[in-house]
Amino acid sequence: MSPDLLNVLEVILNGLMAGIMYSLVALGFVLIYKASGIFNYAQGVMALFAALTLVGFQTGQIPFAHVINAALGTHLDTWGPGLPTLLAIILTMGVMVLFAYVLERFVLRHMVNQAPIILFMTTIGLAYFMEGFGDLMWGADVKTMDVGLPSGGSTWLESITAGWAAEGSNYRGMYIDVLDLWAAGVAIVLVITLTLFSQYTKTGRALRAVADDHQAALTVGISLRTIWIIVWSIAGFVALVAGIMWGAKSGVQFSLSLIALKALPVLILGGFTSIPGAIVGGLIIGVGEKLFEYFIGGMIGGATENWFAYVLALFFLMFRPQGLFGERIIERV
Amino acid sequence: MAESTQDGRKIGGTLLEVKNISLSFGGVKALTDISFDIKEGEIRAIIGPNGAGKSSMLNVISGFYHPQQGEVWFRGQKRGSMRPYEVARQGIARTFQNIALFKGMSTLDNLMTGRITQMHTNLFWQAIWKGPAEREEIAHRERVEHIIDFLGIQAIRKTPVGRLPYGLQKRVELGRALAAEAKLLLLDEPMAGMNLEEKEDMCRFILDVNDEFGTTIALIEHDMGVVMDLSDRVVVLDYGRKLADGTPAEVRSDPEVIKAYLGGAHA
Repeated sequence: MSPDLLNVLEVILNGLMAGIMYSLVALGFVLIYKASGIFNYAQGVMALFAALTLVGFQTGQIPFAHVINAALGTHLDTWGPGLPTLLAIILTMGVMVLFAYVLERFVLRHMVNQAPIILFMTTIGLAYFMEGFGDLMWGADVKTMDVGLPSGGSTWLESITAGWAAEGSNYRGMYIDVLDLWAAGVAIVLVITLTLFSQYTKTGRALRAVADDHQAALTVGISLRTIWIIVWSIAGFVALVAGIMWGAKSGVQFSLSLIALKALPVLILGGFTSIPGAIVGGLIIGVGEKLFEYFIGGMIGGATENWFAYVLALFFLMFRPQGLFGERIIERV
Repeated sequence: MAESTQDGRKIGGTLLEVKNISLSFGGVKALTDISFDIKEGEIRAIIGPNGAGKSSMLNVISGFYHPQQGEVWFRGQKRGSMRPYEVARQGIARTFQNIALFKGMSTLDNLMTGRITQMHTNLFWQAIWKGPAEREEIAHRERVEHIIDFLGIQAIRKTPVGRLPYGLQKRVELGRALAAEAKLLLLDEPMAGMNLEEKEDMCRFILDVNDEFGTTIALIEHDMGVVMDLSDRVVVLDYGRKLADGTPAEVRSDPEVIKAYLGGAHA
């Protein structure tokens, strides 16, 4: 193979990896949208909050330390050396479940039967609340996330692909970040687990039932409130996974919540109601923006990755507004 | 207490009783001072012209509407204000006039979801899947297959119900209600929009369910022939009031009923 072709392959591969990271965030949106028709603007902030909490537990920070310090003039900082990673992850998951419960009890319960736009506005409020709350609780400084995942270039892939180029060229193999490979693996496991759970368990069926028809779900004895707590907990879990991956990749900082915006074009491509759609949409966006940058970016000054996804989404809105896998919108006049 | 009908079925004591139910939506009175009872093991019909309040009555019993006045007694206990899912968990299953199935799910999944009140393993075991959750799934799957067999819908087990013709959807909905193994089955116009053959099938299912499982059934139906054949007792509503209550023969000869509803053409 010629080095040029190999370069394109490398770009595609890296695009797939980036796409999986987008899919991880989009997945959380789809779960909540399917079950309750709520577009959860706070999904990105949930990922940030989960990441902050995880780092907080890992490093043994005292929650609200600087609020307490400012109020009482104390000098609290950490309570100890911190928790082992696995324990910290389990505790963080506990916090996300608690969050889902509190959210249902004090917010969503009072919003039943409101118009979708009202619910959307609620989640915008929620996003700002969580961002501020995360700030108060764990501080606003940029934190590094270390959950023991390897990172850096994969020498394994590099050595395999180095031999693929034609004799005599100075091709040195493909570069891919090991962390991205891990993220891909985790995302695949996550999606398979969620799919199996929703297909073959009682609660999974209840989740699909609620997503399908609220009235019918009530009739067979499903409590919508319980289901909403479960759905938001699962979305919290997905947010935690996304938070770990993004946090490990680019540090835990408040701009993490902006990745939610990158999930929007993914959702427009894949459709708001489809889990496979979120995956495929993420991959298309990831590969699309990398290829566009590689072939055309150079001609128009680069940095096309910032806007390419949105332009692609715009085209989709014009020709297929329900997305690749979404439910067809049929309006009768 | 137990008395037998002509065909030898056992009719027991009172299973459900509604007392002086009044329901209004703003200024519109849907139900006014309605009282009647449903006895264990019987087939009870609720009839009346359009807008008589039949569906409202069913919605009160199944917890979708909350009456301003009156009481609902189920199995000898006065019921507080309940949500539909709590009513379902008490053992009252229902179907809807305009079908409320999970359209994207298969027939099998619809029926399995109908059994949700019977399944008790917790989230932890479900997530593990092996062990209690798996055993429970298999046990309930057996019961569901039995119902599928009973209704003769083996051929559509894996078909998403949204793709099925209307008559079959009605049958699946009945199946889902049966899967709950409820004490009381509420059927809202189980034969509406069906052809003669489908109606005959549905009649047979209703009688068989009542006979085989001893399930108490309350149904709303417009087809007078069906109502008079199927039911042990009939309550007649008109403009939200109770007009008559009794055996089909009694109701049929009630002058009030004839005047308001049956007329010459229907009887």
